[in-house]
Amino acid sequence: MSNFTRRKFLKVTGVAAAASSALAFSSFAIGGAKKKVVIVGGGIGGATAAKYLRMMDNSIEVTLIEANKDYYTCFMSNEVLGGDRSIDTIRFGYTGLSGHGVKVVHDWVSGIDAGKRVVTTKGGKSFPYDRCIVSPGVDFKWDTIEGYDAEVAKKIPHAWKAGSQTATLRKQLEAMRDGGTVLIAPPPNPFRCPPGPYELASQIAHYLKNNKPKSKIIILDPKDKFSKFGLFMDGWKRHYGYGTDNSMITWVSGADGGALESVDAKNMTVQAAVEEFKADVINIIPAQKAGKIAFDAGLTNDKGWCPVDGKTFESTVHKNIHVIGDSAIASPLPKSGYAANSEAKVCAAAIVALLSGGKAPQPSYVNTCYSIIAPGDGISVAMVYAYKDGKIIKVKGSGGLTPSEFDPEMRAREVQYAHSWFKNITADVFG
Amino acid sequence: MKRKLALSAALIASGFAFSTSAMAEMPSATMLAYTCVGCHGTNGNSQGPATPSLAGSSKDYIVEIMDYYASGERASTIMGRIAKGYTKEEIEAMAEFFSKQKFVPAKGQKFDAKLAKKGAKLHDKYCEKCHEDGGTSSEDDTGILAGQWSPYLKYTLADMMAGKSHMSKKMKKKLNKLHKKAGDAGIEQLLHYYASKK
Repeated sequence: MSNFTRRKFLKVTGVAAAASSALAFSSFAIGGAKKKVVIVGGGIGGATAAKYLRMMDNSIEVTLIEANKDYYTCFMSNEVLGGDRSIDTIRFGYTGLSGHGVKVVHDWVSGIDAGKRVVTTKGGKSFPYDRCIVSPGVDFKWDTIEGYDAEVAKKIPHAWKAGSQTATLRKQLEAMRDGGTVLIAPPPNPFRCPPGPYELASQIAHYLKNNKPKSKIIILDPKDKFSKFGLFMDGWKRHYGYGTDNSMITWVSGADGGALESVDAKNMTVQAAVEEFKADVINIIPAQKAGKIAFDAGLTNDKGWCPVDGKTFESTVHKNIHVIGDSAIASPLPKSGYAANSEAKVCAAAIVALLSGGKAPQPSYVNTCYSIIAPGDGISVAMVYAYKDGKIIKVKGSGGLTPSEFDPEMRAREVQYAHSWFKNITADVFG
Repeated sequence: MKRKLALSAALIASGFAFSTSAMAEMPSATMLAYTCVGCHGTNGNSQGPATPSLAGSSKDYIVEIMDYYASGERASTIMGRIAKGYTKEEIEAMAEFFSKQKFVPAKGQKFDAKLAKKGAKLHDKYCEKCHEDGGTSSEDDTGILAGQWSPYLKYTLADMMAGKSHMSKKMKKKLNKLHKKAGDAGIEQLLHYYASKK
């Protein structure tokens, strides 16, 4: 017993604990038919939930229904617009999930019957479930800007769902003459990826600076402030002459008439609250709401988002249906990829416990969002979240922004860590 | 003997289970660890190119480093901001989780074989005593260096040498000796050696 060190002791208890939890899992699997979880939507939230459900309890039958064979991440799609990244590097498939024993079905979900607990698809199939996870991402409020709809978006891209929209906008930037004007219209709150439109503007500015330096960017914003505001303003000054007569970027706030009223796609003009603007390339990111299936299944509130219990992400409207990701109201968690990944794990752990008749475990959530203002100049915001007195809360003293004082060494590291985050989270979701 | 050990371990393990359920407010080790892996990789094995892997590091080592991050005694971009979000007990729990995962050496890191060979000699002379088995071990409550992501090791060493990150007295002495003898080139050789370990 003399050589029974503390370390060895820990190793042994670890094995014992793992063995006892394995026993616990198999004991409820014996209890009857396999428990079924059906996941609607194979984005960051849905794919993470599918993988982690299988990792936590491989006795559960997990079916993921997703219309597309490939998923393009919204995060890092701005680097595709800036030209430093190819679109292939943001494309992911579902073979990794199949490897975890997830049944991946490529079909369009047409309905969810909360009473009968069945998901139906356009392809005519029915999928009964014990628990359903809905993770449809965002949809656009097309009626908020006159003259802009899904059809016009083929010419004037939103680029807010990555893939062909990203490619279209990139092509337009490549085709634009030097000295042209790019108009960017960010959405009103709340929307997917709060710092995203401003990283998009930064990445386009980076491309223009090096390739079409006489060109200008006008940002027409309905808001007076945005995520990482000070850090972006400072970065734009450093890289793109912001605030000078020769600034590449002009930002028009809501107070200065930045809100978009209508768009004339034929003449490439937009009417903002005060002035009319003409541009060579226009990118409009419309106001957002929960994905369509969330509305069809009656999971939304009057504001167009899905209220959930923050401990389980179970809908407060329909039992046995959980909503995660951008569609869910998980505030103070933002609508971000990392938040969707974190919510999915909390939701999966709750479902594993609930399906075995247990209680949902105490959650822990996290978020980190990186933005790359220019090569070698990365910034971030982070926060740790906990669940207390029935609510998701920010853990006091944690998180916050990259320091405002510019430190080139640390900013270059942030870019390295942004790219590391991208590689790790995509492997965590799809690998 | 083996059986006796397993039995007492199981008893104590169930003891742990009771005590955690009594503290209902604290998330489980797994729940906590899952928040880390979006950046540090599933089960704590990072895909790189810079974020370090946590898998296989000793519990005490992770707890100590997280404490330095939270207090600012260790320089960081984002880790200090995140480390402040967890209690000591929570950090202990997640550290235990990662200590039990198998470390997978970084894949596809480039290195120069000649420099790596020189680095190996420097490692044996200055580092091996604490970073055992060619820097593959965390047994002495030190970081795993072999197969760790190079940019992270480079940043960490640079910060330590600049006095921005805490370094143990022992390491300070050894690293100063190494640097005096082999200079910045020696640090570079060391990094090539760790990158060469697959």
